[in-house]
Amino acid sequence: MSFLKLSGVTKFYGDTCAVADMNLTVEKGEFVSLLGPSGCGKTTTLQMVAGFEPVTRGKIELEGRDITHVKANTRGLGIVFQTYALFPHMTVSDNVSFGLEMRKMPKAERCERVRDALGLVHLEAHADKYPRELSGGQRQRVALARALVIEPPVLLLDEPLSNLDAKLREEMQFELRQVQRKVGTTTVMVTHDQSEAMSISDRVVVMEDGRATQIDHPHRVYEHPRTRFISTFVGKANLLEGRIVGNGNGNGAGGARQSVQIGALRVDVDEAGFSNCAAVLLTVRPEKIQLVALGSGRIDGEIGERFFLGSQWLYRLSTSVGDLMVLTPNDGRPALEEGTRAAADWPDHCTRLLPADGRATVADVLPAGAVS
Amino acid sequence: MSQATSGKASKATPWLLSGPALLLFVALLLVPLLLTAILSFNVYDPVVGAKSGEFTLEHYTHVFTDSYYLGIFWRTFWMSALVAIICVLVGAPEAYVLSRMGNPWRSILLLVVLAPLLVSVVVRAFGWSMLLGPEGLVNGMLGFVGIGPVKILYTETAVIIALVHVMLPFMVIPVWTSLQKLDPGVENAALSLRASHFTTLRRVVLPQVMPGILSGSLIVFGLSASSFAIPGLLGGRRLKMVATIVYDEYLHELNWPLGAAIALILLAANLVVMLSYNRLVEGRYKKALG
Repeated sequence: MSFLKLSGVTKFYGDTCAVADMNLTVEKGEFVSLLGPSGCGKTTTLQMVAGFEPVTRGKIELEGRDITHVKANTRGLGIVFQTYALFPHMTVSDNVSFGLEMRKMPKAERCERVRDALGLVHLEAHADKYPRELSGGQRQRVALARALVIEPPVLLLDEPLSNLDAKLREEMQFELRQVQRKVGTTTVMVTHDQSEAMSISDRVVVMEDGRATQIDHPHRVYEHPRTRFISTFVGKANLLEGRIVGNGNGNGAGGARQSVQIGALRVDVDEAGFSNCAAVLLTVRPEKIQLVALGSGRIDGEIGERFFLGSQWLYRLSTSVGDLMVLTPNDGRPALEEGTRAAADWPDHCTRLLPADGRATVADVLPAGAVS
Repeated sequence: MSQATSGKASKATPWLLSGPALLLFVALLLVPLLLTAILSFNVYDPVVGAKSGEFTLEHYTHVFTDSYYLGIFWRTFWMSALVAIICVLVGAPEAYVLSRMGNPWRSILLLVVLAPLLVSVVVRAFGWSMLLGPEGLVNGMLGFVGIGPVKILYTETAVIIALVHVMLPFMVIPVWTSLQKLDPGVENAALSLRASHFTTLRRVVLPQVMPGILSGSLIVFGLSASSFAIPGLLGGRRLKMVATIVYDEYLHELNWPLGAAIALILLAANLVVMLSYNRLVEGRYKKALG
């Protein structure tokens, strides 16, 4: 049985639809991220689960109990806010203790639990400080301790790391995941940062315009994006417009193969499901492309620009079918100069086909919730 | 060399810039205050008035030993304190409700709160005297529900009602300002930790707007204690407050030195009350709110 279940949850602000028919099941102990650009409805969804926004239509269940219309202050969920929302007039330990006090817990037990929670986030030494005396990362950890100390069935994180600088954010991602593993709390996180969602969640819910367009494991979202939007929002992608030209050479054992014609380029793909002559988008991730000697790859081109990214080189290769982004590891071999002519090649199984209008097919979206 | 001149010029600039304001401040506030202080020590002669060459402490001892004056000081104190308390009780919730409203209602109602500041205090006082008089609207309505005519005008009640009306904006604005600084998430955070709405207000919102309430109550107390027009017009001839008695000493008794002494005692008392209150209560919140 699923632990937290959203069925057909819909939210309207006046005539504007913020969240449309959201279906999501979260298992006990799972870490799920709602990922999307700002205004996609991810925060609204979280607010509805938290009970701060009324649900227009649909049902939210927690451990089989309908909580759709339960008041926020009786749901007992732990929430970490984007601004942390610490109580500025209370010390760190008073902040953490507040939720236990509201539960009328005796003082001795309260102190012990507060100490444990602060220990979990390595803040024992700062128990008597006020929030304004702490750094951003420390405040963030106080907020986490305050939400976890009440031992909530579900932990909700609203852009928890977006106010931290890049270096600290990485550290906190790691720590957040560690704490979540240790405590085992079912967690739902909202974020607009795809690398954050990828690196710490068990499953990612990608949202566009109030709809969940893909619910999958991070690896699947990256390797098998269901829409044009996802393929470009989650990581970088080369998108090539083409047309299905019948079945491929047919040497795939059991795997259905199709061929796509893109300008002068004909590509075999390990995917099926498109009718002949259908307009499609072929996507290839930049790191899947290798630069090889002229004439020995799929298509020849000229290196327009190159960018040094530290561990990688990013090239822009101008070809007859358009510009291709190519990422190659900085593995000690000399980098190619701008203006060099080279060919691009990639393995058949590294390309994906999407419908050309950018929308997911019905068949694509339906089984999404089934994967867990 | 040029650096030295520019350094010199920049040193003089702040003085030059603040010069006009400083001059105005000295000429219109410090000098009259000093003259009043000197006047309060002058010997008073009923025939010739203040004698500028002779000094005495008589006016001060007179005020401090005469129960008539002490009574007026006490009345001024408790009425101002009561006005401040009522303003806290009315103004703080009002500011909270206002800050929760959406536009356009928020702007409209904020204008209503600030409206008293746009009308002359004399006009407002006469307005209240019409409402509160024996034939006024308030007594008319009380008579309608069977409560006989009540004497409100020329009592403490009338003065307090009118003072609260005038002073309310001075309470609402500082509380409003501190509410604006409130992180909108903290109330939700408290709710999510299972606090009731009332507990959230008491434990989370109220402590954070306390500085606003403190400064508001200081402003209201200080302005009420030195108010003149409202006690003068709504308190009538018999109900005196300190500012009105100063006026009487100057213009009816023509005892300028005594009037000056009372005025300075009011200034000193106001300062003492406000400073000690500030120290006493704000100190508690200083550590937490910085």
